[in-house]
Amino acid sequence: MSTNKHLSNDAFDRVLCELGREYRLLGPRRFPGKGAHSGADVTGYGEIGSLSDLYLEGKTYFSPKECLFPVRETLFYFRDKDITPAAFDDRPTIIFLRPCDINGIKRLDTIFLHNGSEPDPYYARRRERVKFFLIECREGFDSCFCVSMDANRSDDYACACRFEGDGVRVEIKDGSFAPFFAGGEDAAAFLAFVTANKTSVQVPDLSRVDLGALFQHEIWQEYSSRCIACGRCNTSCVTCSCFTMQDVSYGRNQALGERRRVWAGCHIDGFTDMAGGHSFRAKNGDRMRFKTMHKINDFKRRFGFHMCVGCGRCDDVCPEYISFPTCIERLGRISREMTHE
Amino acid sequence: MNNPYLPRPQRILSVTQQTAIDWTFRLESDMAPGFGQFLELSLPGLGEAPISISDFGPGWLDLTIRSVGRVTRGVFVLRPGDVVYARGPYGRGFDPKQYCGKNLLMVTGGTGLAPVKSLIRHFLAHRDDLKAFALILGFKSPADVLFAAEIEEWRRGADVILTVDRGDEQWRGQTGLVTQHIDQYAFHDGPTEAIVVGPPPMMKFSTLGLLQRGVSAEAITVSFERKMSCGLGKCGHCKIDETYVCLEGPVFNYAKARLLLD
Ligand SMILES: Cc1cc2nc3c(=O)[nH]c(=O)nc-3n(C[C@H](O)[C@H](O)[C@H](O)COP(=O)(O)OP(=O)(O)OC[C@H]3O[C@@H](n4cnc5c(N)ncnc54)[C@H](O)[C@@H]3O)c2cc1C
Ligand code: SF4
Ligand code: SF4
Ligand code: FES
Repeated sequence: MSTNKHLSNDAFDRVLCELGREYRLLGPRRFPGKGAHSGADVTGYGEIGSLSDLYLEGKTYFSPKECLFPVRETLFYFRDKDITPAAFDDRPTIIFLRPCDINGIKRLDTIFLHNGSEPDPYYARRRERVKFFLIECREGFDSCFCVSMDANRSDDYACACRFEGDGVRVEIKDGSFAPFFAGGEDAAAFLAFVTANKTSVQVPDLSRVDLGALFQHEIWQEYSSRCIACGRCNTSCVTCSCFTMQDVSYGRNQALGERRRVWAGCHIDGFTDMAGGHSFRAKNGDRMRFKTMHKINDFKRRFGFHMCVGCGRCDDVCPEYISFPTCIERLGRISREMTHE
Repeated sequence: MNNPYLPRPQRILSVTQQTAIDWTFRLESDMAPGFGQFLELSLPGLGEAPISISDFGPGWLDLTIRSVGRVTRGVFVLRPGDVVYARGPYGRGFDPKQYCGKNLLMVTGGTGLAPVKSLIRHFLAHRDDLKAFALILGFKSPADVLFAAEIEEWRRGADVILTVDRGDEQWRGQTGLVTQHIDQYAFHDGPTEAIVVGPPPMMKFSTLGLLQRGVSAEAITVSFERKMSCGLGKCGHCKIDETYVCLEGPVFNYAKARLLLD
């Protein structure tokens, strides 16, 4: 049974302070001066201490995936014949995030915990310490299309918060958090999910389409002439989970160093390069095709639900104004033409 | 929780030079791989590389490595007694039962011989499991031929066509691309299965050649190489459509493989 409370902003800050003694608190925030232009802010996920740290006016540029899957993560250290797995911050963690991102993390769970024969221990050890505090979306942002992707709702949260400006409503679903909010006023159930976005798409069913012909379609050539392979759509996407292993030696001693994994992206040069100079998807449009198919077709065929959650970040960040929903819509039109519907 | 990313030390037992740039390293190992599986070879400080297990027996396994970059060059300076690191074995390999009672034709291009070598040895040791057994082994030039001495021994149990794209003055053997030899191959009665392994263009034209000669897609097995980083189904580099080559491959039935579009 959930309970609902209403708190003043000050009271909520005191709760955050109390929670901060037991939990690492992560949420959407600004990182001053780290943006694309010098002096501009970038928004992403990081430690927060108070309500004023939370960036709630917009959608973050980077997604919360880095809370569980850091941009760069040391897997182990080596020193001559010793190999020592890297330690990590093992405090229990609360992440403040929106419903689409909770659904995005479910996609990361699918790859890291369930694809292959065993879970990824580095992801798992962080994941098992995380509780979600859902940030209610009163209305979506311009580029959101979570409703179309069936990712606008989630019941996978410990608490849900409505930030009203002059106070905070909290639904407490995980009873272990009830004591923290005991000082709040009892309130009525409030949580609602967005049910329509400004942007909507209809994901085509490609099961009857000749994929060979689809892959040869001229739209991919057009994307080749537009996409500059910067990979921002990959790095900002909450569901992109690819990485590359990298060894780093300290100084000149090759036997002393660490092995890391770093984010990789299917739009970025070198993703498929093999010895002998052979690579796949040399053209940027083919990479757009590969990503699109993965997000709205291949993943579902393997796991039963779409990878893309419609957060719209890839649209927000693309310097070439390539719109992913537009691409999905075009694919729908082409597939209808191909199957004569 | 098990940590599959941690490589384990493996001692080098011997090093055999096959060609100037392809050497076979025999490792002391308890990995117990299957035919056609691979491992992630690891040199801390240089990185990791997926390498097929070219042969194995109790307590040992062979890697036949071409020196092309950081990790592979790093292995080439090592000698017997030195230690490399590895994790695995990974991937789905060949199932010998599939070929029992049938004719088997294997077609390999260059280093593509490495992933099938253990299977060749298996069938030579269990020759009665197969009817006809033929190998079309292609290399660029005489200097690129791998396992030369062993290939001569294989002639006792299999019909071996060893061919090079370009011969030289000393070369007395066959020449021409493997596809030409597929075109001329005299098939035996009864069902024939084929295995094709090699660089992407060679695989493409060899499978086409086999289809033209009446071998069905279902009767062809291929082994793919893709860029791989983890071998565990996590890093995404090897994915084609909804298929992860490191998990469902590298060995595939061609009826499935030909539907995989990069
Ligand atoms: C399933 C499988 C089995 C293989 N079996 C063998 C084998 O038996 N013998 C053998 O010599 N090689 C084999 N390879 C290829 C081998 O993995 C690459 O040659 C090796 O990764 C190159 O590593 P490097 O550090 O020496 O080169 P790098 O310095 O990393 O790079 C040299 C070149 O290789 C490319 N490359 C990097 N990583 C890979 C990769 N994982 N796969 C392919 N190319 C890559 C780079 O982009 C670059 O073009 C296999 C590959 C796969 C996927
Ligand atoms: S593909 Fe774009 S819209 Fe979909 S989850 Fe990734 S960033 Fe969000
Ligand atoms: S953000 Fe835009 S330009 Fe950059 S790789 Fe993605 S689609 Fe291409
Ligand atoms: S090699 Fe990493 S997913 Fe296959």
